[in-house]
Amino acid sequence: MAKTISEINEKIKKGQAVVVNAEEIIDLVAKKGMEKVAREVDVVTTGTFGPMCSSSAYFNLGHTKPRIKLGGGRVYLNDIPAYTGVAAVDIILGATAMPDDDPRNRVHPGAFNYGGGHVIEALVAGKDVRLVATAYGTDCYPRKKLESWICLKDLNEAVLFNMRNAYQNYNVAVNLSDKTIYTYLGVLKPNLGNANYCSAGQLSPLLNDPFYKTIGIGTRIFLGGGVGYVAWQGTQHSPAALRGDNGVPRRGAGTLAVIGDLKGMNPRWLVGTSMLGYGPTMTVGIGVPIPILNEEILRYTAVKDEDIYAAVVDYSDAYSQRKPDIVGEVSYAQLKSGIVVLQNKKVPTASLSSYPRALEIANTLKDWIAKGKFLLTEAVAPLPGVESGLSAKPFNERPIEQKEL
Amino acid sequence: MAIKKRVVLHFPARRVDEPIIYKLVKDYDLVLNVLKASIMPNEEGRMVMELSGTKENYDKGIKYLQSAGVKIQSLGQDVRRNDAHCTHCGVCVVVCPSGALSLDHKTRMVKFDSAECTACELCVLACPPRAMGVYL
Repeated sequence: MAKTISEINEKIKKGQAVVVNAEEIIDLVAKKGMEKVAREVDVVTTGTFGPMCSSSAYFNLGHTKPRIKLGGGRVYLNDIPAYTGVAAVDIILGATAMPDDDPRNRVHPGAFNYGGGHVIEALVAGKDVRLVATAYGTDCYPRKKLESWICLKDLNEAVLFNMRNAYQNYNVAVNLSDKTIYTYLGVLKPNLGNANYCSAGQLSPLLNDPFYKTIGIGTRIFLGGGVGYVAWQGTQHSPAALRGDNGVPRRGAGTLAVIGDLKGMNPRWLVGTSMLGYGPTMTVGIGVPIPILNEEILRYTAVKDEDIYAAVVDYSDAYSQRKPDIVGEVSYAQLKSGIVVLQNKKVPTASLSSYPRALEIANTLKDWIAKGKFLLTEAVAPLPGVESGLSAKPFNERPIEQKEL
Repeated sequence: MAIKKRVVLHFPARRVDEPIIYKLVKDYDLVLNVLKASIMPNEEGRMVMELSGTKENYDKGIKYLQSAGVKIQSLGQDVRRNDAHCTHCGVCVVVCPSGALSLDHKTRMVKFDSAECTACELCVLACPPRAMGVYL
């Protein structure tokens, strides 16, 4: 028996919707069977909480007296440079931006203690942030310097806009070389010293809707502790990636671009993050509700860690040199056991994505829906699916001929 | 009665040239395992070690260290976790050589057992939200 989103929303409004998280649905289906659960359950909630570099926020600061045109000038928030190449008092702050005088990796590995993600966290926490700006001055925008404290509530708009989040599956990183390396997947000890992964597995949004049957443009989501929306497919969206018999991608595949009002968010779910030797970033919390419209959609949400596989990649060479080789494939059940066997060696595993926090997101969303505070949306347009054949292309490098002077 | 404790010793700059550790072994019959040491001439030195021996000798040895101007601190207070900052991702678990940081496989929360911590500080910079800190 198929349901519609508007029928589910009617039940949510009456406080009668049956909502479970993507972990609970597994046991429920095992106990009661697909058919019965598809009738009984209305929504399955998912969650993920991991470092997501392609995150940013844009702000409208309001006009100063006299006016200043920041576009074409320079703006720093707590010493972190913001992008000004838009209108007079609009700025964009990226999660991986860092102070001009950060030593980076000059003394390797760099610590990267503070970056754009930390500023976003500070603003969301209601803290004052130091704005220092310079501009070139025009007839209508004569002011050339501005130094002021700013805080979230004083800004006209503060919007989180992340062009690529919630990766549908991800590489497991290892190091086959004989020295420690410092990557965006953490510190990797030499000679397969550890294997680091970054996915909530069976709780992760796009792993529970592998063919984007319900998640599309316009889907209302949990974003950074507040409400957000899927704005578009994320950059590098690659639905044509290798998939298993269950339809679940075995490599990095789909991604989401998401947007939401920063003023409704919470610093518990937007955390400034420092990757040793790599750079600063931000850990983002995302939860997506999946309406159980039919048995097929239910079957996808009942996916278990043992049925989700990821590729193990050597970050000392294969990744950095963009070679296609992989060390092997492992399931999230194996990864979560704490040890995986690679090249006949027992390798301890670590996660960058927090499973307990992902579960907390799924449960928060479940609570919002059960209490009638969060209604589901119909997608405005679907995300490009497998049939699009879409796959992220590598860079097409065409060297520019240097003319003799 | 046998005793085994992990301690942090702070040596005053003026004492760096005296064979204090030698005396701990020779005069007080203590077994020591140096976990970490930073001793430089004319600077305050810092040494993390495990001391074991009889209770009587341990107490006498500690008294001797104090009389020699060495400040002693139990190790547990050295590296601490800011629980409000920890996101329980688990990155630290494979970095920690002593097993002080481990994963509870049921809740998937990261546990920190300061009694097992050797204050190597490898977790401090490896922790993405910088929840691990050194407190002297």
